[in-house]
Amino acid sequence: MKGSADQTDRISFSRRNILSGFLFGLGMIAFLDEAVFHQLLNWHHFYDKSTTNVGLISDGLFHAFSWFATIGGLFLFADLRRRHAVRLTRWWGGVLLGSGSFQLYDGIIQHKIMRIHQIRYVENVLMYDIIWNLIAIVLIIAGTIVLFTLSAKERRRD
Amino acid sequence: MNEAHFAHSMGFPFEYIFIFLFIGLIVIYVWAGLSTSARKHLKTWPLYRYVLWILGVFSAAAAVVGPLAARAHSDFAVHMVGHLLLGMLAPLLFVLAAPMTLLLRTVSVAAARRISKLLRSWPVRIVHHPIVASFLNIGGLWVLYTTNLYEAMGENFLLHVLVHLHVFLAGYVFTASMIYIDPIAHRFSFIFRSIAFIFALAGHQILSKYIYAYPPNGVARTEAEAGGMIMYYGGDAIDLMIIFILCYQWFRETRPRSSIAVNQSG
Repeated sequence: MKGSADQTDRISFSRRNILSGFLFGLGMIAFLDEAVFHQLLNWHHFYDKSTTNVGLISDGLFHAFSWFATIGGLFLFADLRRRHAVRLTRWWGGVLLGSGSFQLYDGIIQHKIMRIHQIRYVENVLMYDIIWNLIAIVLIIAGTIVLFTLSAKERRRD
Repeated sequence: MNEAHFAHSMGFPFEYIFIFLFIGLIVIYVWAGLSTSARKHLKTWPLYRYVLWILGVFSAAAAVVGPLAARAHSDFAVHMVGHLLLGMLAPLLFVLAAPMTLLLRTVSVAAARRISKLLRSWPVRIVHHPIVASFLNIGGLWVLYTTNLYEAMGENFLLHVLVHLHVFLAGYVFTASMIYIDPIAHRFSFIFRSIAFIFALAGHQILSKYIYAYPPNGVARTEAEAGGMIMYYGGDAIDLMIIFILCYQWFRETRPRSSIAVNQSG
């Protein structure tokens, strides 16, 4: 009885570590995007005339969600800490996966399909798009590798 | 455009009425807090709640009387600062000051029973539903800034007062439906409130970019752009506080009870 309860605890905590990292990673990259590219560099526009109405809705929803995710992810982390259930590597795997997913969604759906805004308003925006999305893919692959090696290790231990 | 007419109808008596109202709100709250704290069977009403209440009154007052309110009639960006103070910051501060809890401990037991019966009644419960409250709050703003209402409000004093009253009350009910400080008859789960809040926040942000792109009737483009950005980033700042409080309440409510404590109580 005791053993199986521990087992389910462990699985649910392991999922929570990933979820917490994922949400925080997503929120953090959204925040960096806002702070660095909108405010500091002024590469992104607050609004540009090519934005569709669907783009406006998607932008608002995603912004609201990422705002919540940053704080919610950190509170989930605090909850894991007080339960002594933090698995840092797993959490970082979640962070990589979350930030990569946001970056890829932003780069392909929001920038290109919904035309919310472009990365930069220059002649040769294609280069920026390619680098932006490549970074996203690298983040996703890195996160996947971290999480897969971890589960493989645990299976061997059991 | 109708500046002179407006200033006239907004003349001295009204300003004084509002100032008396705001002073009255502070006096009543402080009196209730102090007098109930003196009763032996009650705990002392915490100091920070007085501070929150007084800050809330100042925040609402700044949007209704004084230089900011006067400039808001001619400048949309200033109007938007007033909107943030009256519709978001003041409601949050008022909710955190727990006025219903204070009211219930001030009045007699019989009156407190009647009030809590009123709070449990179906009209209050419907208005207090997170989704209904979101529509009243954000939906109201959409109506205000996408129809002729904003322009009409500048010409009709009564309409002006009603819109401001709605913005404040809807903001209060919305905040109270998301973070529970006062007693609540029907509680919704944290997940439900979080999802409702994300959609409401999204509605607010979409509207602020919409205003930036399509200025409300009677508003110049540059003012609409400044106003839209103030609404967007100001809304973010205040919503950040609400999200933090909501998550913190979840964090406290789901704290692990150690098995020793359970054994002792059981």
